[in-house]
Parts: sequence; structure tokens; C-alpha cells
Amino acid sequence: MWLYQKKLEYPVRIKCTNPRLAKFIVSQYGGPDGELAASLRYLSQRFGMPDQKSKAILNDIGTEELAHLEMVGSIVHQLTDGVPVEELEKAGLGAYYTDHGVDVYPASAAGVPFTAAYIACKGDPVANLQEDLAAEQKARATYEKLINLCADDPDVVDPLRFLREREVVHFQRFGEALNGVQEKLADKKFYKNFN
Amino acid sequence: MMEEYCNERTRGELLDEIRATNFSLIELGLYLDINPDDKKALCLCNECAKKLRTLTDNYQKIYGPLTIEFPCNKWRWLEEPWPWEKGGSF
Repeated sequence: MWLYQKKLEYPVRIKCTNPRLAKFIVSQYGGPDGELAASLRYLSQRFGMPDQKSKAILNDIGTEELAHLEMVGSIVHQLTDGVPVEELEKAGLGAYYTDHGVDVYPASAAGVPFTAAYIACKGDPVANLQEDLAAEQKARATYEKLINLCADDPDVVDPLRFLREREVVHFQRFGEALNGVQEKLADKKFYKNFN
Repeated sequence: MMEEYCNERTRGELLDEIRATNFSLIELGLYLDINPDDKKALCLCNECAKKLRTLTDNYQKIYGPLTIEFPCNKWRWLEEPWPWEKGGSF
């Protein structure tokens, strides 16, 4: 189970609203390579992992992704909270406002609502961990694009840079977990041959 | 002594140190998941855990609970701002 901590993993202190940036950043909330997909992917895949290390790493990275989901939601909220309708519309958020007001809704930057089709649970630990490695790289690439789009607001870039760096570390740890799983699977075959 | 030290600092500074220490713990935890026999990392992890407990205890006594596991005389969990709100990171 989880225990909520009444703090963000890394601070989000945005001084100026900017709905144009929120429209892009929401993709890391509910888009194809976003934090909701990441957390659900890892927390679902952990049930099928064959060794101690991969179970732990999927559990713990999945948990950290929930903290990142909260950070991205906080960025979107602080960028849009209290913004007048005309400004939202000018920023291209007229359609979003129609259905969601300024709630934080899990959808991609293009407005496609979140779907579990973004994640895979293949029933195969090697395939799953390979997907996780790719997911971390795709999220890193998305954060880099967002950092380029948000370059004029350092308050927004700062937490985005933190989130980007975490993707790099997670990629590293998943790679090590994959090595362990492959070794274990190779061991199994070896022993089976002698049975 | 620790409490005096806490009182001299702003809420944001104290929370920054809690976040930083918690982050070290998260990072060391992920590393130890893959490298459980690294004694130096384990030692560092235990130090961080101890430091985090002292920091959060002191913070919570002044500013209210960070989790519902911290006992208070009144229900301070409702106190605003929540972490996602403007000013919620202090």
C-alpha cells in the first residue's frame, strides 16, 4: 500500500500563469509517455517479475512515478489556476476548457484522453523490461522538447529538468535489472538441461 | 537543540532539506535494489533515513503532519496549502 506524504518530491514554485505551456506539459500527465502511463506500467508489470531485484525496482520506480505524476499535475494546475476564459481560449485551451474547465485531466498535448493501450504487460519479463527502457527514453525525449518549449520561464524549466534527469537514472536501473533477469533465465535453462 | 536550529530557518528552507534528504534516500534505495551488497551505499542510506526522521519530526511538530501517521492533538491534516497549490512548496 501507499502512504501519502504532504509534500512534492521536488518543489514546484511557478510565479506566473501560462496556459500555453500547460497545454503542452499536460502530455506528461496523461499522454503516451507520461507519468500516469509510467506508474501504471511498472506497478502492473511488477507482479510478473522473476527475481527479487526486478520486483523491487519496478515497485520503487513505479512509486516514484506517482510522485512525478503529482509534480506534473502541480505544474499544469499552477500554470492555469485563475486564468480568465479569454486567455485560455487564446492559448488554444478553449476545447479543453469546454470539457474540463481548469481541472487537470489525463490527456495528451493533442487532447487524446489517457488510455491503458499506452502500456504493455506482455507476460514476459524481458519484453516488459525492454519496454520500460524505451519508455524512459521516450519520456526523457518528451521532457527535452518541453524544456525547449518552456525556455522563457525558469520556474517551469527547473522541475522539468529534475524530471528529465530521473528518466536517465531509471533507464540505468532498468538496464541493470534486465541484465539480472537475463542471467537468471539463462541459469534456469542450464539447470533444466541437467534434470 | 535541533528544534532551536529549526526555528531559525524558514519553513521553505526546512522543507527543502527534508526534500533533499528524502531524495537521497529514494536514489540510494533504487541503487541498493540492484546493488544490495554495497556496504558504503547502505551506510549512507541508513544515515539519510536517520537524518530524515529527525528533520521530519521537528518539522511536523511546528508545521503539522506530513503523513497521517504523525499524532497531533487536533486534526491538522486539513491545513492549507496542499503541495500542488501555489505556495504549497514553500
